Amino acid sequence: MSSIPYILEERPDTGLNNAKLGIWIFLASEVMLFGGLFSAYVFLRFAAPEGDFDYWGSKLSVPMATFNTMVLITSSVTMVMSWASLKLQQFDKYKMYLGITILCAAAFLFVKYFEYTGKFHHGIYPSSSTFMGIYFTLTGLHVLHIIGGMVVLIFFWTKQADKMWAENQDLLANRIEIIGLYWHFVDLVWIFLFPILYLL
Amino acid sequence: MSDNHHHEENFFQKYIWSVDHKIIGIQYGITSLLFLLFGFSLMAVMRYQLAYPEAVIPYIGEWFFSESGGVMLPENYNTLGAMHGTIMIFLGVVPLAVGAFGNYLVPLQVGAPDMAFPKLNAASYWSYFVGGVVMMASFFTPEGAARSGWTSYPPLSIFESGQTMWLLGMVFLITSSLLGSMNIIVTIVQLRAPGLTWFRLPFFVWSQLVTSFLLILAFPPLEAAAVLQLMDRIAGTSFFLPSGLVYAGSAVEAYGNGSPLLWQHLFWFLAHPEVYVLILPAIGIVGEVLANNTRKPLWGYKSLVYAISFLGFMSFIVWAHHMFLTGMGQTMSAFFQLTTMIISIPSVVVLTAFFISLWGGSIRFNTPMLFALAFLPMFGIGGLTGLPLGVAASDIFLHDTYYVIGHFHYVVAPGTLFALFAGIYYWFPKITGRQLHEGMGKLHFYPSFLAMNGVFMPMFIQGLAGLSRRMYDGGQQYAHASDVLHWNEFMTISAFILGLAQIPFIVNIFITLSSKKSKDRNPWKATTIEWSAPSPPLPHVNFESAVEVHHGPYEYSVPGKDEDFCPQTTP
Amino acid sequence: MSSDSEHSIEHHIQTYIRVFIALGILTIITVAVSYLEVSFIEAFFLAITIATIKGSLVLGFFMHLISERAAIIWILVATAVAFFILMFIPLISLTDGTEIY
Repeated sequence: MSSIPYILEERPDTGLNNAKLGIWIFLASEVMLFGGLFSAYVFLRFAAPEGDFDYWGSKLSVPMATFNTMVLITSSVTMVMSWASLKLQQFDKYKMYLGITILCAAAFLFVKYFEYTGKFHHGIYPSSSTFMGIYFTLTGLHVLHIIGGMVVLIFFWTKQADKMWAENQDLLANRIEIIGLYWHFVDLVWIFLFPILYLL
Repeated sequence: MSDNHHHEENFFQKYIWSVDHKIIGIQYGITSLLFLLFGFSLMAVMRYQLAYPEAVIPYIGEWFFSESGGVMLPENYNTLGAMHGTIMIFLGVVPLAVGAFGNYLVPLQVGAPDMAFPKLNAASYWSYFVGGVVMMASFFTPEGAARSGWTSYPPLSIFESGQTMWLLGMVFLITSSLLGSMNIIVTIVQLRAPGLTWFRLPFFVWSQLVTSFLLILAFPPLEAAAVLQLMDRIAGTSFFLPSGLVYAGSAVEAYGNGSPLLWQHLFWFLAHPEVYVLILPAIGIVGEVLANNTRKPLWGYKSLVYAISFLGFMSFIVWAHHMFLTGMGQTMSAFFQLTTMIISIPSVVVLTAFFISLWGGSIRFNTPMLFALAFLPMFGIGGLTGLPLGVAASDIFLHDTYYVIGHFHYVVAPGTLFALFAGIYYWFPKITGRQLHEGMGKLHFYPSFLAMNGVFMPMFIQGLAGLSRRMYDGGQQYAHASDVLHWNEFMTISAFILGLAQIPFIVNIFITLSSKKSKDRNPWKATTIEWSAPSPPLPHVNFESAVEVHHGPYEYSVPGKDEDFCPQTTP
Repeated sequence: MSSDSEHSIEHHIQTYIRVFIALGILTIITVAVSYLEVSFIEAFFLAITIATIKGSLVLGFFMHLISERAAIIWILVATAVAFFILMFIPLISLTDGTEIY
């Protein structure tokens, strides 16, 4: 609705536009969502018999996860670069960087797919142990977040973005900044998931 | 929005798929009132069963309990209990208080044209709707609806039927609340009209702001817990299943090593703030109605704001007082007793400020005011009876008795619900342009007030006598219950009177809706911004011209003025 | 941030590249230290510390939190408080209680 103020321009006293504040509040709720699961992980780990989590944790593939970490970090930097390109009026570069981000997301999912199927192949399911349960739940939820973000990223990579760029450059830059914040958050979650699931 | 005036929206665009906060607020309101009525009917059946155990339930028994010849079985009772709690809290009161009132009033009271994210707002309603449909549909599945209580404690909830649908429904409801409260926060922070500084916000807006923060921070852990429980049920994990569990005579085949206490922590991390989600909007509504009908400023406006903010923060560190009986150590017990005692202080500040607000006012005893006045002692009883439950020593005796039921129902039913009724009567002229009939309003209020107390007051007696809750026959087999069981019939009759007392309310709404619209946009002579908009406010823009605020929210009876109220928008 | 000039954006881009390199190096370090023969507690603190540094880099520079407005900082502080309550109180009650499960 066009009559709603501060969609793009910043409100003088808060220094924010609506979407910026909105996405941060959304991310706050996401912190608590993953916080609930992290809390469950820590609680169960402390309650579990000695060595139980270590034993099952050692079945995960550290190289695959390290690769995935690198992939996500790369996608994060290309994401922020695509936003910066918009700010510099370089629409072609924006498309290139966003394309790389989407490819990275796809690569992450691809590796994750192999990790999951590898586990299933060896007869390891969420029900195999508490660790595997929390592993599949945490990473599964994270993968859902990746997929959700990817859908939005692809939307902003299609002709829609060209249309938006022609009509309202600031709007596109704002939208990319917002989805970027979400995307960095997904990266942030992985930064913590990686050590607690794979390394400890 | 000028283009909207040119092409007419059809019925579906205007009332069903609308993104206008007023329509969405009304959608929320109607849906949640229907759910409240449904939740009430579940309770009526339960109360009949408690008063006359083993008797055939008249009229509906043969339909719903056909296998047992119309007699309610224990598992039916469990289903009714679980679904009554779930529906009343998650589908009734929260959507009515936050979804309906928050949606409709917050943009109006801050002088905004709409919510900050109208489409998200519609998504929030429809997510709520889907959650409600899933919950309702669970009654018709072969497994039946959930029967593990609204708290869904594992390990039983992992094995009992119907729980999967409940969890799925909850995920939708939680998503809806998150979207809604995010919207409310952004609207309050960003869309305040020029001149509307923080301490010129009406108290109701403050209460919605704190409520929304509670929802944002407390609801996601329950979503996480719901996902974990869903995994336990579907994927065979054992997050909440300890090792060596035996269910129905055979060992449970699961990995084990889980902890039922984990669920309780995650659940109550939401559910205690949830209590304040239920009560804070009610407090906000009562504040508005009191100030308006005493014709004087709300006493201690700033302390009220600080009190509810502190209340909101404290509500995150009191949850384990629901868990004194779980084998928690003394240190934790002491900590949670202390925080629980501390959290009662801001509640008392609120109540005291409200009572002092009455002092020296020229009170108008109209229907909204009656409901708001009734809220004060009812909330007081609910709050004070909570103190013994916050102290471990007395809680060990009172835990899981009818005393607990009496306590939280006093907060939510005669407390929150009365405040919500006050809100409906108070803002009905704004929403529809027509004022509800006063006489019928009083016919609604007085019997409701008496019957509410008739239902819940004896629960304290029963609970103090040690009568346990959740028993389908009311505890017939216990000797210590025999002295207090006769109250059940009284409470059941009161419950049915309470049901009948709602008829004037429903009739009143329909009669008023068919009457002629009044031109008066401010029938209560109120000061807050929503009353300067036309009734009902204009679609999508609310106000005829840009709003500018020049006054505080409650400038009633300002000395030297011609009128006894000074609207916020008056220059 | 519509006020950003082209020059400051170009300056930002250099920062992004540096942060990216730092994140890569920290990832390698965290994998490397996981092979050290240390006690669980030490390994835990090493891993969490490195993850926190990485997370702060992402938050601070990619998400521009370092120059963000007060309102957002306060919301995140409240969130962090709630997060730590949720993390630690169940844990403390677990170690404090009589073991019944």
